[in-house]
Amino acid sequence: MTMFEAILLTIITASTPLLIGAIGQLVCERSGVLNLGMEGMMIMGAACGFAAAILSGNSYVGVLAAILAGMAMSLIFAVLTLGLAANQVASGLALSIFGLGLSGVIGAPFVGAKRDQMAKLDLPVLTDIPLIGKALFGQDPFVYASFALVIGVWWFLARTKSGLVLRACGENHASAHALGYPVLKIRLLAILFGGGCAGLAGAYLSLVYTPFWSPGMTAGRGWIALAIVVFASWLPWRVLAGAYLFGGITILQLHAQGAGVKIPSQFMAALPYLVTILVLVIIMSRRGGQQAAPASLGTPFVPDR
Amino acid sequence: MRIVLTRRDDAPAWMALVSPLIAVALTLLSGAVMFALLGLDPLKALGVYFISPISDGWALQELAVKATPLILISVGLSLCYLSNNWNIGAEGQFVMGAIFGGWVAIATHGAANGPWVFPAMMLAGMLGGAALAMIPAILKTRLSVNEILTSLMLVYVAELLLDWLVRGPWRDPKGFNFPQSVMFDKEAQVMRLMADGRINLGTPIAIIVVVIAAIMMARTLKGFEIRLVGAAPRAARFAGFDEKRLTWTVFAISGALAGLAGIIEVSGTMGQLQPSVSPGYGFTAIIVAFLGRLNPIGCLIAGVVLAITFIGGENAQISLRLPLDVTRVFQGMLLFYVLACDAVLNYRIALVRTGGAAA
Repeated sequence: MTMFEAILLTIITASTPLLIGAIGQLVCERSGVLNLGMEGMMIMGAACGFAAAILSGNSYVGVLAAILAGMAMSLIFAVLTLGLAANQVASGLALSIFGLGLSGVIGAPFVGAKRDQMAKLDLPVLTDIPLIGKALFGQDPFVYASFALVIGVWWFLARTKSGLVLRACGENHASAHALGYPVLKIRLLAILFGGGCAGLAGAYLSLVYTPFWSPGMTAGRGWIALAIVVFASWLPWRVLAGAYLFGGITILQLHAQGAGVKIPSQFMAALPYLVTILVLVIIMSRRGGQQAAPASLGTPFVPDR
Repeated sequence: MRIVLTRRDDAPAWMALVSPLIAVALTLLSGAVMFALLGLDPLKALGVYFISPISDGWALQELAVKATPLILISVGLSLCYLSNNWNIGAEGQFVMGAIFGGWVAIATHGAANGPWVFPAMMLAGMLGGAALAMIPAILKTRLSVNEILTSLMLVYVAELLLDWLVRGPWRDPKGFNFPQSVMFDKEAQVMRLMADGRINLGTPIAIIVVVIAAIMMARTLKGFEIRLVGAAPRAARFAGFDEKRLTWTVFAISGALAGLAGIIEVSGTMGQLQPSVSPGYGFTAIIVAFLGRLNPIGCLIAGVVLAITFIGGENAQISLRLPLDVTRVFQGMLLFYVLACDAVLNYRIALVRTGGAAA
């Protein structure tokens, strides 16, 4: 494997969890719901996915468990914000705190346990393409799934009627309600999709990326995924670009440390967070302070009767 | 069956007081279920969590020490949240206060320092916290950058900065290579209130802050402005209140209070800078603010409640061998229930039987 292939491979590995998490959050936000519980759902996916994979001995059981864990977490959020019209920001924060705690309790018996990285899925012929072949077509199933998700979400939002209805709920929930669309039901489904994606992203971390469980292993990736959605102006294709930009920065930082760059490691470790702020600043100043967010984002909907 | 909410403005006043209590009760109930699932005797476990921290004089002092930072931070956060400014980076502002204040202590270490050192440290700590908090505030008012994300990202940055300082330039040369600064001089440590106790001057400072904040919110124009901007931004604009300047003000106040909490914690209980100076006070204070209904006096009471979970968690780790994360689970559940109970205040809740086609 050449140096170029190695770097490309690690960038893909670092970007995939961000991409999966962000694309789920994008659907959720397009329906008008801001779920700040990403970090909590993601780490619950990581803990439950790893635990289930160890107990069953099957990675795919782990993946399924992670998705279900993410969805279960998002259901708590849905009950609070949709059922009881609670403040979405505070509910999301509660979900993050709760998830970080609960994942620690669930994962405690599995600290130190090790298992093999999930098997790669080589696509025949395509893997033989020089330079990029191995990196792009010899990946684990998550990577393919992440691209399929981006294409699927783009197609759903831009090309289907259901996607249009979902966007209508996010832009103006009162109008969508007046047209007879079940706003709360649509938002519930969007929240569950976001939760499932967050769980899947967590599973990637504990089953492929590391592959072991350690408490707090998401290390702010859930929050960075939220930032990527803002960076992407709520558009699926730009989420792809954003996730790979952030993944690339993470890897650059690791390679720079490995190459013995004379900068304290803490400064390099702070880079992804600083770049997140910087990118938000650049993107907002280019828009001149204009928000591209769905108009109803973050506002609770209570149907008038 | 489904839940139907109808908005109401006539919730009786007593409900506003009772709803946090219901939330605490529901949290205890859920905690009992969780302990039973973990194979523990629920009553015994709850006793360790919630009774042992308030069982004797020493424990009560420890409680005051833990509640102090929570109260200081949450009072500031309440002002932010009331005016719709989502500062969730208090943890970073706490750390920054510890760094700035700690710098004063380290710079004057061993030199001829007098009684001015301690106030200077407190001021530096407040300055450090406020400076970090102003970054999201300025970015929000100038470029409409989401303050939730920026304030949170800065938490990681502040923590890494502290980590670098205590492992690098500020490491105690005589400290056997441990990643920690020199022990602060006696003048640079927060005064203990009792000769052989843990309680220190930080607790009365927190109480004074609560009183000032309560008077400000209830009796001054600034307090009215904060509440109005949050509740009715349009009306506030007509009244001539400057929303952007208010954002700066509340971020600066909450950052300064978090920074003050940070330097009090470092110079009062640790006596030196270490790679980690907080068990998550900045995040827990968010829960304190909501449990206290964004009211300074409420924050005082809620701060004590959450401090109990911290100490209970430490006790449970020792006597029940439970991971410290159980504390976070409790705190998360508490916030869930607080938010759920708020719905009872704002809406009439009815369970409606759905008859097939009804949507």
